[in-house]
Amino acid sequence: MPRFVKRALLLLVVLAMLPASLYGCTGGTEPTPPGASNSGSQPSAAQSGELPDGNSVTVGIAQDLSNLDPQLAATAGVREVLFNIFEGLVKASPDGSVTPAVASDYELSPDGKTYTFTLREGVTFHNGNQVTAEDVVYSLERCAGSENEGTPLVSAFSNVSVITSPDPSHVVVTLAEPSLEFIYSMTAPIIPKDSGPDIASTMVGTGPFCFVSYAPQDSLVMEKYDGYWNAEKAARLDKVTFKIITDTNALVIGLKGGTLDLVIHLPNTLENEVKDQFTVLQDTMKLVQALYLNNAVEPFNNELVRQAMYYAIDVPAIIEFVCDGAGVATGTSMYPAQSRYFLPELAEKYPHDVEKAKELLAQAGYPDGFEMSITVPSNYTQHMETAQVIIEQLKKVGITAELIPVEWESWVNDVYRGRDYQSTVCGIAADDMTAREMLVRYMSDNRKNFIGFADEEYDQVLAQALASLDEEEQTALYKRAEEILNERAASLWIQDACELVVMNPALDGFTFYCTYVLDMSAIGYK
Amino acid sequence: MKHKSWYLTIGGILTACMLAFTAAGLFWTPYSPTAMSAPDRNAGPSAAHPFGCDQLGRDILSRTLEGAGSTLTIALAVLAVGFVFGLLIGALCGYYGGAADALVMRLCDAIAAFPSVLLALVVLAVIGPGKYNVIGALGVLFIPSFARLVRGEFLKYRDRDFVRSARLMGVSDLRIIFVHILPNTWPTLLSGLTIGFNNAVLGEASMSYLGIGVNPTEPSLGYMLKEAQGFLFTTPWYTAFPAAIVILLILGVGLIGEGVRERMGVAS
Repeated sequence: MPRFVKRALLLLVVLAMLPASLYGCTGGTEPTPPGASNSGSQPSAAQSGELPDGNSVTVGIAQDLSNLDPQLAATAGVREVLFNIFEGLVKASPDGSVTPAVASDYELSPDGKTYTFTLREGVTFHNGNQVTAEDVVYSLERCAGSENEGTPLVSAFSNVSVITSPDPSHVVVTLAEPSLEFIYSMTAPIIPKDSGPDIASTMVGTGPFCFVSYAPQDSLVMEKYDGYWNAEKAARLDKVTFKIITDTNALVIGLKGGTLDLVIHLPNTLENEVKDQFTVLQDTMKLVQALYLNNAVEPFNNELVRQAMYYAIDVPAIIEFVCDGAGVATGTSMYPAQSRYFLPELAEKYPHDVEKAKELLAQAGYPDGFEMSITVPSNYTQHMETAQVIIEQLKKVGITAELIPVEWESWVNDVYRGRDYQSTVCGIAADDMTAREMLVRYMSDNRKNFIGFADEEYDQVLAQALASLDEEEQTALYKRAEEILNERAASLWIQDACELVVMNPALDGFTFYCTYVLDMSAIGYK
Repeated sequence: MKHKSWYLTIGGILTACMLAFTAAGLFWTPYSPTAMSAPDRNAGPSAAHPFGCDQLGRDILSRTLEGAGSTLTIALAVLAVGFVFGLLIGALCGYYGGAADALVMRLCDAIAAFPSVLLALVVLAVIGPGKYNVIGALGVLFIPSFARLVRGEFLKYRDRDFVRSARLMGVSDLRIIFVHILPNTWPTLLSGLTIGFNNAVLGEASMSYLGIGVNPTEPSLGYMLKEAQGFLFTTPWYTAFPAAIVILLILGVGLIGEGVRERMGVAS
């Protein structure tokens, strides 16, 4: 029976391949017996294809990386990835403080104006060159705008007056106005001298991973940097590929199909879909999701309209719908992880009250409501759903809102940079743990003030806070600024949304940061 | 062929049911298709919600009804645009021939060389999404296929004896085209129409699925499928019902087309 023989042979081949595919589950480092894995239905098919690559993972990210210039990186999604490739004189740590990185130590003069950094010995760029004081001075001057006609690439650097290097192992930064918080801005990436705008393609930094390649709208690949100065924090993985998949559902399918090992920022409503097969971690996103209103256009230039809308929307209901109730209402531009500055009571200021909303709308001259549009980056399911819930809620007070889904790139260009929009649902994240990051952008002349908020009292309070050398006074002023944003309803602040980190069960070491950071160096196969 | 055609009967019944379903959706839905209810999120099919609820607690039956309505309206409008212009262009080209015919047909070939959904996506990326833009974009792209079909038929008839005699009798060209030739082409056109309808339904659904079709706040079968995809394993009914409607709609019309072809003795 030749057919029988053929089938038997086929069966044998399949059986022979089975252990190989199970071996793939472990990522090829330490094969565990098949029975030891916690789930028989692990995504194995595609991972078995990774055997030749060995110690590598593929991370799914939901947005394209628009501008890779590390010092200019405008979007949180880019900074999150570049965190692994570049380092500043200091570096963010999980609790939100900063630890010395390229500098081994620093000192602040008593008047709060002069920071003196001692450079660490033995720090090398990915091209093998030693980091010198000249590189550092060049990098910091570039941040302050030396190659951008004087406009700082990192906004906090507008406060810098002089950057000097008295000797090869020290760099001194002198500020125009005293600032205790400036040290948090020193996470600004150090790059080789005279890199110029090419840095966006050469991507030479000092981080635990070195850049390999970037294909727009497809992927970014980085590899372990063997010469990393900090042996304790060296990368555990040899290779990391960030795969750009701008659709949440496609991300889930990628996970299930085994092409992705790690996805961060997945809406937590998808938990049931993935929890059986993967390690699922839950956390807040460390950003403020809001219906951001363009304060410069009708009718949102009217404070009464903004307040009416705030009463019209039902924040707890939104959180229930979009995050299964796991998000935290913020009420202002501050998120709970910033515990020193967060004011939970602000979230209670605008309870859901349709009558009050109608009354305010009538006062503002819109008794029958009005029509408006909400522009949303369509790659973010949570923002899309939030917008749909808001549209339903606004209907009840006579406001007809239209949803305009746009691609991420056009959102960044038209909405965030171009300010050509009426309202938008998105999340704003902080670069570091200072309250400054979340608040200074709403000063009337700040270039990141994409909602066009202009309030004299706010500008004054924040200017005082920035200049303050007394931490308690400064905190109080920041809190006052948060209250103003809430009172004026500068935007409809909703929540710090909840998100899932979904990981191949063979991996561990994921570290949550208080800021919007993805630290790949700590992740590895068990 | 005298034996009874089952294609027509089954197709007819199926299409009638689907039309009744969609027509009902235009006038009545059990709930508002956009109304959300937190406790009903991802609820399975039940007496209150026969098709279950989606991730925002919206009634899937209501959304499917409304979505089928909008899909059908768009498909019919696309078909109308494509058919009317295709008929005119095809008839004139087929009847008169000449250089203009050659030019127009090469243009049609050029357009037909691209997949129509892909081309429509490009057009929509430029003029922006929205119901009417979808109709316009898809409709224009449907013209070449109809034009070619009609032209072929006209070529077949324009030198027949009855046309020649009409011409000798001094009948005007327009009358020859629409009164003498056109009725003879119906069998082919009808089956072409059914195929065109199915392509239009699929075209609209795929564009909405890609998120470039109708606005996400309006229910649309394609967009529902896109949203449902993430919940494929936990709430399969969310995918199943909108998908079933699309399939049944296409199947019914497809069967009718097959039946017509068989009844009229047209080779496919």
